[in-house]
Amino acid sequence: MNVTDVKPSLPPGVRLGRVSFVWRPWLVSVSLLLAAAAFLVFCVSIGVGDFPIGLPQVIRTLLGRGEQVDEFVIMDLRMPRALAGLVVGIALGVSGAITQSIARNPLASPDVLGITSGASAVAVFLVTVSGGAAAAVVDTVGLSVAALAGGLTTGLLVYFLAWRRGIDGFRLILIGISVSAVMEALTTWLLVTADIRDVAQAQAWLVGSLDDRSWGEVEVALWGTLVLLVVVAAVAFQFKPMHFGDEVAAGLGVRYTAVRAVLLLCAVLLAGVAVSAAGPVPFVALVAPQVAMRLARCPTPPMVASGLVGALLLIGSDLLARAVLPVSLPVGVVTAAIGGPFLVYLLVRANLR
Amino acid sequence: MGTTAVVERPAPGGMAKARRRRVVGLGILLAVLVVAAALSLAVGARALSPAEVWHGLFGAPTSDQRLTEIRLIVETVRVPRTVLAIVAGIALGIGGALIQGYTRNPIADTGLLGVNTGASFAVVSVIAVFGFSNPFQYVWFAFLGAAVAGVVVFGLATIGRGAGNPLTLALAGQGITVFLMAMTTAVALSNQASLNALRFWNAGSVAGVGFDVIRPVTVFVAVGVVLALTTLPSLNLLNLGDDVARGLGVNIALSRTVGITAITLLAGAATAACGPIAFLGLMVAHVARYLTGPDYRWLVPYAGLLGAVVLLVCDMVGRLVVRPGELDAGVVVALLGAPFFAVLVWRGKFRSA
Repeated sequence: MNVTDVKPSLPPGVRLGRVSFVWRPWLVSVSLLLAAAAFLVFCVSIGVGDFPIGLPQVIRTLLGRGEQVDEFVIMDLRMPRALAGLVVGIALGVSGAITQSIARNPLASPDVLGITSGASAVAVFLVTVSGGAAAAVVDTVGLSVAALAGGLTTGLLVYFLAWRRGIDGFRLILIGISVSAVMEALTTWLLVTADIRDVAQAQAWLVGSLDDRSWGEVEVALWGTLVLLVVVAAVAFQFKPMHFGDEVAAGLGVRYTAVRAVLLLCAVLLAGVAVSAAGPVPFVALVAPQVAMRLARCPTPPMVASGLVGALLLIGSDLLARAVLPVSLPVGVVTAAIGGPFLVYLLVRANLR
Repeated sequence: MGTTAVVERPAPGGMAKARRRRVVGLGILLAVLVVAAALSLAVGARALSPAEVWHGLFGAPTSDQRLTEIRLIVETVRVPRTVLAIVAGIALGIGGALIQGYTRNPIADTGLLGVNTGASFAVVSVIAVFGFSNPFQYVWFAFLGAAVAGVVVFGLATIGRGAGNPLTLALAGQGITVFLMAMTTAVALSNQASLNALRFWNAGSVAGVGFDVIRPVTVFVAVGVVLALTTLPSLNLLNLGDDVARGLGVNIALSRTVGITAITLLAGAATAACGPIAFLGLMVAHVARYLTGPDYRWLVPYAGLLGAVVLLVCDMVGRLVVRPGELDAGVVVALLGAPFFAVLVWRGKFRSA
């Protein structure tokens, strides 16, 4: 047999005009399964509450053929919370997948980029420094919007501080860690010097929660996330080699820097939108991509699956907190309590195989 | 993901020169440490002259009211916190350098093994259950929590095939950290006394702990340092990759176990006595690597001394800036260290590989 006859076995590719991707049946089926699971949990979550509604009725109502009472309870009362969970979960999952891919480090989550710590610092400042200007800010724009502004400002600060003839993943992480450290130190200081009654309120905000969402808050997050996801999809599809490292990317042309900048900006904005809707829900952005990666058996975090795992994790945790646990806990506590051990379980199982 | 910096090839005879430079550097660091320690004894709410400090340390008891007062300040306040800052700084510096070596992850911090959150969880739990209020009562539980968390994380990371995979350790550490943080928050949110203790404990401070605590902590740290020093040659080889190290006769499992034990002892003891001081180990390890290059036999001692100097200086600054109040050392470490670190990062001093 001639050596030239031996072709490397590549997975089949699919090309549609300018868009091309590798056809991976396992990834597609896992993603579809995750989507189905996320939808199911979404519906169950809508049905659970003081006025329980059965799953078939929930689906019928969602399709616009339900009874009037159900429609009121679902669309006006429960939908904002469930949608907030869905949107925040997807946003955090995708944001984490982007940052982990670009930094090529599983510990790189939006938390590392300073968004969460910046938002928290602003929120704690507004809660603990009562009176005067702080109270005026909270009254006019609301705590979550102020925190969002703080988070985005910090994220952009990290981005521009890390800029030096382009963005290097490692430099970005180190700068992010140091800026986050400053923000966390400020938060700690504020908490130490504050009145204990304010501290409890601030601490609850620091965890992240889906309680009392209104349609207004959710709509902003929903549209923001949708637009950002479209941008991410458009850019990511055109440019696959972002996982291969700086040298390879540099060899492929200058546009790499621009593409990575756009993707990172989207990651920052997605995390910011999530924070504005639910507070800094921790760990979803870290855990979801790692879980998705292992479920889909991909070498790098898959975006779609990461978003879906994020949604599942968030809605599932919220459901658990409302329907199963004896005490009412913010959803952030539950995502961490579930996500952490599940990640460990996946690791151990993968190692035992 | 090696943690090695770029190695410049020395000219003939350059080896000896580089060695001399490192020895001189070590000497300079030691001298700086001594000066910083002396300043730490003299500086504070009441500034003392060198003669007064000398009397406080070695002077015979007199009937002079003023001198007795000075003796009291030096003996019960200044000396303990200076000693603790040195001990904890060495522990955190060496711990940070070691964990970056063993996980081959340049953004790893001692917090990664779960020791910080293990200690925090233990502290809030015993306060909630037993109502402890004195650091001397809960410092033991803090150490126990740190040690248990470290052992569990390391145990999970060594199950099966993934044993020794640096990524597994990092992710298992994050998983457990995430879980413990959630539990800590859950306890703190439901118990006001715990929440109150947690916010002070979390700030990280070397003040207010007596020799009854410092003495045993120093013993643990000393054992940790000795273990750390014995493992440095094999750590150097491990960073060439597992296969190369095995080929050169390194007992990989033994070396890892010893190394992680040392990290747990060092970080656990420091955290138990001071609370979690974030960022110090990470920052100091990078600065040490920049100064010495990738050889851990040099890097680790440098990191230890740097850690002590930085913690001493930050504690002093904390005593001076907001007089008559005080800023916790952990907060100052982040507020001062992070911008300094960011400048070094931006100027391209650190590399990931």
